[in-house]
Amino acid sequence: MSATILIPTALRSFVDRKSEIEVEGSTVGEAFTSLASQYPDLKHQIYEDDGKLRGFVNVFVDGTNIKKLDGLETKLPQGATVMLVPAIAGGC
Amino acid sequence: MLTSHTLFDAVGNTPLLRLGVIGRELEGVELYAKAEYFNPTGSVKDRAAKAMILDGIARGALTHDKTIIDATSGNTGIAYAALGAALGYRVALCLPANATEERKKLMKLYGAEIIETDPLESSDGAYHECRKLVAENPEKYFYPDQYNNDANWKAHFDGTAVEIWEQTEHRVTHFVAGTGTSGTFMGTSRGLKHLNPQVKSVLMQPDSPFHGLEGMKHMASTIHPGFFDESIADIKLEVSTEEAYAMTRRLAHEEALLVGVSSGANVAVALKLAKTLPPGAVVVTILCDNGNRYLSAEFWEE
Repeated sequence: MSATILIPTALRSFVDRKSEIEVEGSTVGEAFTSLASQYPDLKHQIYEDDGKLRGFVNVFVDGTNIKKLDGLETKLPQGATVMLVPAIAGGC
Repeated sequence: MLTSHTLFDAVGNTPLLRLGVIGRELEGVELYAKAEYFNPTGSVKDRAAKAMILDGIARGALTHDKTIIDATSGNTGIAYAALGAALGYRVALCLPANATEERKKLMKLYGAEIIETDPLESSDGAYHECRKLVAENPEKYFYPDQYNNDANWKAHFDGTAVEIWEQTEHRVTHFVAGTGTSGTFMGTSRGLKHLNPQVKSVLMQPDSPFHGLEGMKHMASTIHPGFFDESIADIKLEVSTEEAYAMTRRLAHEEALLVGVSSGANVAVALKLAKTLPPGAVVVTILCDNGNRYLSAEFWEE
């Protein structure tokens, strides 16, 4: 299964300035493993040491937050679009 | 009268709180936080929004046929929405679609129109969209442009800095803050240095372009606000999102201060710095906003 991961501007310095990357994987977790194997510096940006997603990282599969689906186990339909965004709000 | 007995009067003059529990291990160093969430809409951004609106009215740029528009990651938008409503102005806000629902709801409750922008582009995307809308229809809008409006940082030069100076009985030695527009950091740093050139300005920065310190800009990787001048910082210290989360929880549990993550980041850096300072140092930082804006966030649970 291939999916397209949309990369936020804040992470593009870790992926050769790409805005989207095609990866293989049948779940979100597999897609991210494939992404992190291509770009090892990315791993610590999105995962905690224990392999969980960092708390502020939100992932949307075809527009739905994976927290409302099956988390990293969420199945990816063929050609899915996966969006990776940090939480944002506030200001000082 | 514009500023007599209105919401505008309630902006500023916030308490300065001693962080006695979190700072209990410090020897002879005092740690304080300026509780900006006591402002009427719950954040430090009331100061900048008030100053920019009053400046627009004074210059004749803001009239009742115009809509106030700006790019925001949340707090300034809520401040514009409330203060604009108090004076009967329409308000439109460009903000990234990934801003939290609580924030969008607050802005709507005050009657503001929300223009959601590409979540992948974060605050820079909101900034570009706002400039585009204003360029297409300049007559329709009053665009304060919080990233480039000197009234923003001057609100802190004239207000926040003077208050800290008085509240510490002229003893402040270090001021610590992060940067969104950098208005708080620039204005307060300049103001305190104007009052005492020996005061050290400490810039808190996220440790990566990709972070969860809401509203904080990673200056090395984003558009610089026009008035940001990094050379004013005597010391720069980085903080991770996880350190900021942990300190935000500690502030609630140990100091009974329910504040947002950017406040946690500021205090984490202020404490880290305070541990390295000699007795007699007086460190002041900013509690940017109220934690009840983040109740749906998961970091409280950890």
